[in-house]
Amino acid sequence: MELHTIWFVLIAIFWVVFLVLEGFDFGVGMLHTIVAKTDTERRVALNTIGPWWDGNEVWLVIAGASMFAAFPGWYATMFSALYLALVLVLLALMARGVAFEFKGKRDSARWRTTWTWCTTLASLLIPLLLGIGLGDLLGGLPIDSSHEFTGNFFNLLTGYGLWTGVTLVALCLLHGATFLKLRTTDQVRERARALARPLGWAAIALIIGFVIWTRKVAGGADVPGPVEALAVIAVAFAARLASTDHDGWAFTASAVAIAATIGSIFIDLYPHLMISTTNTAYDLSVSNSASGHYALTVMTIVAVIFFPLVAIYQGWSFHVFRARVKAPPAPGDAPATLAPAPPTVGPSAPAGLSE
Amino acid sequence: MTNELARWQFATTSIYHFLFVPVTIGLAFLVALLQTAWHRNGEPEYKRLTKFFGTLLLINVAVGVVTGLVQEFEFGMNWSAYARFVGDVFGGPLAMESLAAFALESTFLGLWIFGWGRLPKRVHLACIWLVAFGSMLSALFILAANSWMQHPVGYVLNSHGQPELNNVWALFTNPTFLWGYVHVLLASLVTGSLVMLAVSAWHLRKGREVQAFHHTAQLALLVLLPAILVQMFVGNKLGEIEATYQPVKIAAAEAQWENCQPCSFSAFQVGGGKNDQTPTQLIAIPHLLSVLATGTFNGPVEGLNQLQKEDERKYGPGNYIPNVFIQYWSMRVMAYLGSLIALFALFGGWLIHKGTLDRSKWFLRLSLWAVVTPFVMNTAGWLLTENGRQPWIVQGLMKTINANSPSVTSTDIWISLVAFVAIYIALGAADLALMLRYGRKELEGDGDDSESGAAGSGATTIPALTY
Repeated sequence: MELHTIWFVLIAIFWVVFLVLEGFDFGVGMLHTIVAKTDTERRVALNTIGPWWDGNEVWLVIAGASMFAAFPGWYATMFSALYLALVLVLLALMARGVAFEFKGKRDSARWRTTWTWCTTLASLLIPLLLGIGLGDLLGGLPIDSSHEFTGNFFNLLTGYGLWTGVTLVALCLLHGATFLKLRTTDQVRERARALARPLGWAAIALIIGFVIWTRKVAGGADVPGPVEALAVIAVAFAARLASTDHDGWAFTASAVAIAATIGSIFIDLYPHLMISTTNTAYDLSVSNSASGHYALTVMTIVAVIFFPLVAIYQGWSFHVFRARVKAPPAPGDAPATLAPAPPTVGPSAPAGLSE
Repeated sequence: MTNELARWQFATTSIYHFLFVPVTIGLAFLVALLQTAWHRNGEPEYKRLTKFFGTLLLINVAVGVVTGLVQEFEFGMNWSAYARFVGDVFGGPLAMESLAAFALESTFLGLWIFGWGRLPKRVHLACIWLVAFGSMLSALFILAANSWMQHPVGYVLNSHGQPELNNVWALFTNPTFLWGYVHVLLASLVTGSLVMLAVSAWHLRKGREVQAFHHTAQLALLVLLPAILVQMFVGNKLGEIEATYQPVKIAAAEAQWENCQPCSFSAFQVGGGKNDQTPTQLIAIPHLLSVLATGTFNGPVEGLNQLQKEDERKYGPGNYIPNVFIQYWSMRVMAYLGSLIALFALFGGWLIHKGTLDRSKWFLRLSLWAVVTPFVMNTAGWLLTENGRQPWIVQGLMKTINANSPSVTSTDIWISLVAFVAIYIALGAADLALMLRYGRKELEGDGDDSESGAAGSGATTIPALTY
């Protein structure tokens, strides 16, 4: 396999890992005010992702920086084309990242409400906009012969891009619900279970629409490919399992659903990187946008060493904090009312999902 | 106009980002030292101090990390022509940074925050060291990338006239990088220790927890003193190296328009800009510039007018002289404040020797104000480095004027610039408020978290239920 193909695959994997991991963070961010009513419950909900969200977000930077290093042309065209969308993504990432750290640091209802809103809105906005951006890679944007974007912000809001964005939001919601169900107990867990069902149905409708639309956009066969089929099946499994006590399997299914959905975009894209709606001759491809052989060789060695290493220590971090998060007993409670954790079937921790 | 705006945005966002970076690097190292001390001596006081300064560290990391995301995206968003042109060389160190350093720092930070009482003590200690190491490693890759813009090495021009990496080792042995990286690390230690010293001094003045904060005041000084003294030497050496590879940068920093030999150092002057090339030098020290720039008593320094002519011959017509006012004063602000801090640190060292550090009213009061200086010095240092490279974005290879994104309009950049400035002001206010609040808090009791739910079985209660 040629080096630029290896790097295309690696970048696709980085995006998949990012959205599978940060996907449940987004879901928890969007859902935490719904599944948790009291301040304590909200803290429980947020602490399910507390030790991990920062490490999960790293994969976005890894994906972006890898595009810069391996396909400078792709990075340059995509990031300048998505300019205002990425400004919004950055504002949301900033507000959200700071919210996690700052929220509990002052005892004031208004302070907390402000950061709660930041978390919720940002967790919605980021997957929506990134979904639009990823959809546009395949759906096509006006790009000229020197690989420069010639449109404006509204050219980004294509039908296919929007549908991809909304689908990704729905998948993150479902993923967040299965994650919360896996990571909490009692009331919060029950509310997550109740939410997972309707979210599952919505996600099924959206993913089927996404696959049909992708078939039209990508050209080729009308029959969905194996990965697209897997996305639909995984969403169906996640929706079905969400109401059972198979917390681990439900979470696994929603993780597979996101991975297959994002993976299918990149599979349909290859060997292109961005489609030009102006002229097919102006498409960006792995061969016309890649770095030189030497640079790619160096980066391959770096990736071979560090990708598994990061996976190992992140996997260990998932393992360390695998236990369900539970509120401390209220001051008046007898300390001995520890209810046993609900029975779980299947993988009980997301540890294996760090790739 | 678009180019100007993109430059304003990059300057604003990177200067702001670098207010937080050195605090993170310096404080992470100091917190790791505190926790190591606790690990060794078992004194609960050190554990409380570790947690206290750990909280200050986290408040800073939050803003440092999110503003770093902007930097990472900005090359593609605002500088797509640059990214397309240099990505082959410049993208590598950034990708290495994300995989090798940023991931390490972020993952182990999460483990450290939530790992109190859940991880074995030794492993938990290793986590904070990995955070400190990761943040220093991050700076290494970023500085390697930046140094390549100052002094491009390890590349060949391909058939399209674009630089292509052909020797990655050269990026990391670039003399500009080696000295620049040490310079940044020492600046971070100076910044972190001055923050720790200021907080400790505030408590000592109030007479609260005197014993505990006496420890941290001493620790801060023990890091500060060698760091600032070595820094003066390293900064000087970096100046010599820049004088070799970027003579315009140093000549501009001295507002030296004509050739000279031997050269006197202008310590304070009025005028000296492009239209006023014979400034009134209020204080001039004979031979000092020769010594600083060349390391010899009578060394020659080329003037800007001669350098301009040489550059015109090499690169064609154009203005190759950066803004001299910024160069001259950022250099002096950095060097003068650095000297003051060195004296201040020596004063502190002498007080430690006398054993009166915790009672010296003057020193403690000065410490509260000294904490402002590293932020001014760090900003001045980057202004000197980056402004001094202009008009180039990559010295000798690409001009800044050609580097911005052709597809991004000035309206786009206005929107983003206003949005970033607004959110940065809000984040800065929140950060400052929290730093002041938590810096003045009393040390928390020695919360016994050693046995609450060892990793594993059943449900664990949440740590630090702050609300």
